[in-house]
Amino acid sequence: MIPIQHFLVLSSILFSLGIYGVLARRSAVLILMSVELMLQAVSVNFIAFAVYLSPEQFTGLIFAIFVITIAAAEVGLALAIILRIYRNKATANVDEVDMLKW
Amino acid sequence: MSYEEVIFYFVAALTVLGALGVVLARNAVHSALFLILALLAVAGVFILLSAEFLAIVQVLIYGGAVTILILFVMMLTRVRDTPSAAGELDGPQRPFAALAAGAFLAISVLAALATDWEALGATEEINPVPFEELGEALFRNWAAPFEVASLVLLVALIGAIVLARHEEGE
Repeated sequence: MIPIQHFLVLSSILFSLGIYGVLARRSAVLILMSVELMLQAVSVNFIAFAVYLSPEQFTGLIFAIFVITIAAAEVGLALAIILRIYRNKATANVDEVDMLKW
Repeated sequence: MSYEEVIFYFVAALTVLGALGVVLARNAVHSALFLILALLAVAGVFILLSAEFLAIVQVLIYGGAVTILILFVMMLTRVRDTPSAAGELDGPQRPFAALAAGAFLAISVLAALATDWEALGATEEINPVPFEELGEALFRNWAAPFEVASLVLLVALIGAIVLARHEEGE
């Protein structure tokens, strides 16, 4: 059988790759994709804890369902905002969108 | 090594490969295609965890809708040929990003391996998820959050349309 640590290590790797992507990428779309990776890591963790630690309750699984729901809403909104920024500034790179910086 | 472990290592390797591709690819479209690979492989991990329903949802929502949306926006914002991007998708802060990610990985893996999960009541085997009971829990105990989630989706839908639509005279 697969011990729970395997899933936790996998989700750690996934999450830290997401961190790397969020910090290193310049384009807002690529940053968003890295955020998706981090959300996936969280979902894997939730489901692993749900099936290994509390099999008679479904809290982790329900949380994973909500994570997917919110991620769908988040992607739609974030991409709309990115489109808007691109239309106003002709770029989607976050280091060039610095209107708030004086 | 049981056949389950073999399948797990295969799916885990695919996931990590896809994730590496997402953050390291030199071409934004390749990055998005690697994202599809990573998301489908995570659906495989969900199946190994006996959460088939979530795996199906994952393939439908992520494999279908989210990646298509991302590819569309990539096309509309021309991630590849904005002059300033010029093939350089990463900023100069890359070493610090690698440092932060590595530090998090070390702490997180250490915590996962050092914890005595058996003492916390972790079972040896994966318990198959009974889906009738999952559905009952979702629509009985979690009915209010479920309704709020549908409201969130509605607001996000309207917000996305308002934000992205072309205005008159623009």
